[in-house]
Amino acid sequence: MGLLWIPLLPMLGTLVPLLVARYSRSRIAVYTALLPAIALFLLFIQAPAVFSGEVIKTSFEWIPLAGLEVAFRLDGLAWLFALLILGIGQLIILYARYYLSKEDNMPLFYSYLILFMTAMLGIVLSGNLIQLWFFWELTSISSFLLIGFWSHKSEARKGARMALTVTGGGGLALLAGLLLIGDIVGSYDLSTVLASGDLIREHAAYPIALVLVLLGAFTKSAQFPFHFWLPHAMSAPTPVSAYLHSATMVKAGIFLMARLYPVMSGTELWFLIVSMTGLATLLLGAYVALFKHDIKGLLAYSTVSHLGLITLLLGMNTQLSTVAAIFHIMNHAVFKASLFMAAGIIDHETGTRDMRQLNGLWKYMPYTATLAMVAAASMAGVPLLNGFLSKEMFFAETLHQATLGSLSWMVPVLATLGTLFSVAYSARFIHDVFFNGEPATELPKIPHEPPRFMRVPIEVLVAICLLVGIFPSFFVGPLLAAASSAALGSELPEYSLAIWHGFNLPLLMSFLAMLGGLIIYYNRKYLFRFQAQFPEPDAKLVFEGLVQSFVGNCTRLMHSLENNSLQRYVYLLIFLAMLLLAGPMIDLNATAGHKSQLPLDGLTLIGAIILTIAAVATVLFNRKRMVSLISLSVVGLIVSLAFARFSAPDLALTQLSVEVVTMILMLLALFFLPQNTPKESHPRRLVRDLGLAGIIGGVIGTINYAMITRPLDSISWYYLENSQTGGGGTNVVNVILVDFRGLDTLGEISVLGIAALGIYKLIVRMRLYMPSSDQTGRPWAKGRHPMMLSVVSQSLLPLALLVSTYIFLRGHNMPGGGFIAGLITSVAIVQQYIAHGVDWIKDRLRINYQWLVASGILIAALTGVGSWLFGRPFLTSWYDHFSLPLIGEFELASAMLFDLGVYLTVVGATLMILANLGKLTTSHSPAIKENS
Amino acid sequence: MEAIFSFSIGLLTAAGVFLTLRGRTFPVAVGITLLSYAVNLFLFSSGRLTINGAAVLGTSEVYTDPVPQALVLTAIVIGFAMTAFLLILAMRSRADLGNDHVDGRLPVELEEKKK
Repeated sequence: MGLLWIPLLPMLGTLVPLLVARYSRSRIAVYTALLPAIALFLLFIQAPAVFSGEVIKTSFEWIPLAGLEVAFRLDGLAWLFALLILGIGQLIILYARYYLSKEDNMPLFYSYLILFMTAMLGIVLSGNLIQLWFFWELTSISSFLLIGFWSHKSEARKGARMALTVTGGGGLALLAGLLLIGDIVGSYDLSTVLASGDLIREHAAYPIALVLVLLGAFTKSAQFPFHFWLPHAMSAPTPVSAYLHSATMVKAGIFLMARLYPVMSGTELWFLIVSMTGLATLLLGAYVALFKHDIKGLLAYSTVSHLGLITLLLGMNTQLSTVAAIFHIMNHAVFKASLFMAAGIIDHETGTRDMRQLNGLWKYMPYTATLAMVAAASMAGVPLLNGFLSKEMFFAETLHQATLGSLSWMVPVLATLGTLFSVAYSARFIHDVFFNGEPATELPKIPHEPPRFMRVPIEVLVAICLLVGIFPSFFVGPLLAAASSAALGSELPEYSLAIWHGFNLPLLMSFLAMLGGLIIYYNRKYLFRFQAQFPEPDAKLVFEGLVQSFVGNCTRLMHSLENNSLQRYVYLLIFLAMLLLAGPMIDLNATAGHKSQLPLDGLTLIGAIILTIAAVATVLFNRKRMVSLISLSVVGLIVSLAFARFSAPDLALTQLSVEVVTMILMLLALFFLPQNTPKESHPRRLVRDLGLAGIIGGVIGTINYAMITRPLDSISWYYLENSQTGGGGTNVVNVILVDFRGLDTLGEISVLGIAALGIYKLIVRMRLYMPSSDQTGRPWAKGRHPMMLSVVSQSLLPLALLVSTYIFLRGHNMPGGGFIAGLITSVAIVQQYIAHGVDWIKDRLRINYQWLVASGILIAALTGVGSWLFGRPFLTSWYDHFSLPLIGEFELASAMLFDLGVYLTVVGATLMILANLGKLTTSHSPAIKENS
Repeated sequence: MEAIFSFSIGLLTAAGVFLTLRGRTFPVAVGITLLSYAVNLFLFSSGRLTINGAAVLGTSEVYTDPVPQALVLTAIVIGFAMTAFLLILAMRSRADLGNDHVDGRLPVELEEKKK
């Protein structure tokens, strides 16, 4: 369990700085450091087991079917990275306390920082590839937030965007690669994958998976040609640069390569891509770094160069080179983080990072200068410092590879050249900043030593540089062995961690590099003059240009497809639907099936003829809206008759009552809309639309004909057999609605309620446009409520309510039920509105329709919940027969209560829509109420 | 009988689609209503056409398929709610935008904008 807490504590720690935001800055820093410190402690507890070669695992099932689990796995390699993340993280928290100014939002910064720490721990501790990828993307996002922390600066925003685009894009490639690997192995479990090296390397998809994974790693670790984002990420606050962009995040790509080393490496392809990319990055970074005037720019390119060096080592396919790579990961993290922090101090205490202004700082901050000089010497690879040891191992390995055949000698030569430049820029960092005359007179601040505790993190790191450099096997021997054997996935090769290996070729190469570097630095003005002839390409401009042209092209493409015309979209939608539907119909040989067909009778034929005429009239007169509406109502009536004719009395009743409310609704709507449609469709469009409508009508009709002339094999017989015994009702349709498929019905009345609420909200904010006359200019009639209508409707109301009660009660056994009864009640009440007006109703009917809908849905849901009380599943129904004197035997079923819920919802929803719409024309309008 | 039933569905579909493609909100609402008639009839007919066979136990020898009927019953009610929503939206857009075109602006205005 201890393992789980290592990533979990920082995850919780993300919230801590925000919770303690009101305390003083120092206390915030202490509280922030607390949980990661405990995680660091837990990590050390695991150390003995890990160093003895044990792999500690813990996992929980997440989505087992998709092979996903929450799994954490700790071995030597993961332990080393976790140590770097948590250890340097502690120093960064301390450093940031002094680096951030009072104006900065420190709690937010810490929160982002710990979020990043969590993500990074997640990557190195993941025991599942997909989970690893998740944390991988989380580092991209948290790094985006951190780079853009000073969001008022344009360069910070641009740098953050560039970093996110490059690393996020690489992350997508990585996801594809990991999915491929998972597909090849059949599991995303890291231990299983690591044991399947041969399977993966021999698979046909190996080159694709390799390239995709390497794309992810190279973008993250700023390898050529993706290195350009890293220098621009330097617009982040310096603690971020020290932490993310030298010690941890940029090492994530390296970590991934080391992690997958046992399965991906060992092939010619791996060597070519990885080592050549690494070599190119090493040389390019080292060369460019020399010409950067910004201290952080110099360090950024130096980081690029060192990352290239590690990549080159990993690419060389020998076991020793991997050990050297791991060793250099540690050393680089230590000296580069301390250098960045020193750069931050210089920036903080002088106000500039430009080396053309900064000179002779030795006099003002000797202590910081000493620390920075030791760290820079380690970067240059001076003996007795840790950088020297891993560089010697690197040189030795470049001599021992032969994959380039007769050209293999080039690798050590180029490696020496790269190191030569790294000596030169290290010399420049030391000499230009701390010596070389006096600082420029116009420095923004007078240089001085930083606060005591701001130096502590650097002191710690520089001490490590020295201790590792002088007593390597004592301080890092076991750790290096554990991490390397975990990365290699096999026994360790022979190597010795000593300062002195005698006079050998690597030492000579080191010596040449030192000498050459100093010579180059001494003659730098010629080199600077030469370099000045090349216009410096600004990656930011190039990148922004690319992004803008990409966005521009996308916009153009979208504009050509999307012209904001709903008509076009609907046309395309229906056209595609038509194609999809018509395709399979072509393969159908005979349209008619073998089922015996019903004979045609006169009554049905007359109905069909009326329907045809009405439908055609609806279309023909569509510009005269009232006429069109009347034709539409005829169509609706014939449809309900059709239901009645073909043995669906429930549907007929429902359709008939819905027809009434729909027509009232449409008439009301028409009052607020133009009475006529202007003639504006071009004849060509009419022909086009008619063509599509005709074809799709034909296709649908044919499909329908093909379907209903074929024999039916249905699941319905179950319902017919069990309706009475199981549901206690003889009307099978109603039993299905309230019993068998009660959950569906519950969903459906919820939709009804939601639609009604949505309509209510639309009405409430409506700004009215009320015509005072019809389209010919005649004013509306004054006598609003004809007496005949009032009297008749008033006497009809009790009758209608009686009918609806009857329909409701008999619904379980005869056509009827909650839906139909609800609609009949609504129609009866709406009729009162029409006959008497809103004022009259308002005094007599005090029902809040929203409440009605809510209580209906609640009753239905609670009926379902009720069955839990009897230990049955949701919505199990119950019924029994009772007898009362005078009335006789009758049946009670829980389904009836459910149906009551349906009834109330239907009444509430219908009236909420119609009554509120009707009220719009009166002083009781919800719109007026809301506004006043 | 089946042929004439399918013809009616085809006709309702065609009429519905044509009106749905119009440029003003009210004909579109009418078109959607026609389409929902067609859809409901289509779904209903997936239980095949039966005469005098209502699915009420004890009333007949042969029963029709009750499942499509139950589906269509709720579909009719929800269809009403959707038509209502569409109509209110049409009214609201007329009130807010000053016209009843489905795109919220008249084609004439677009032409002027292009110039």
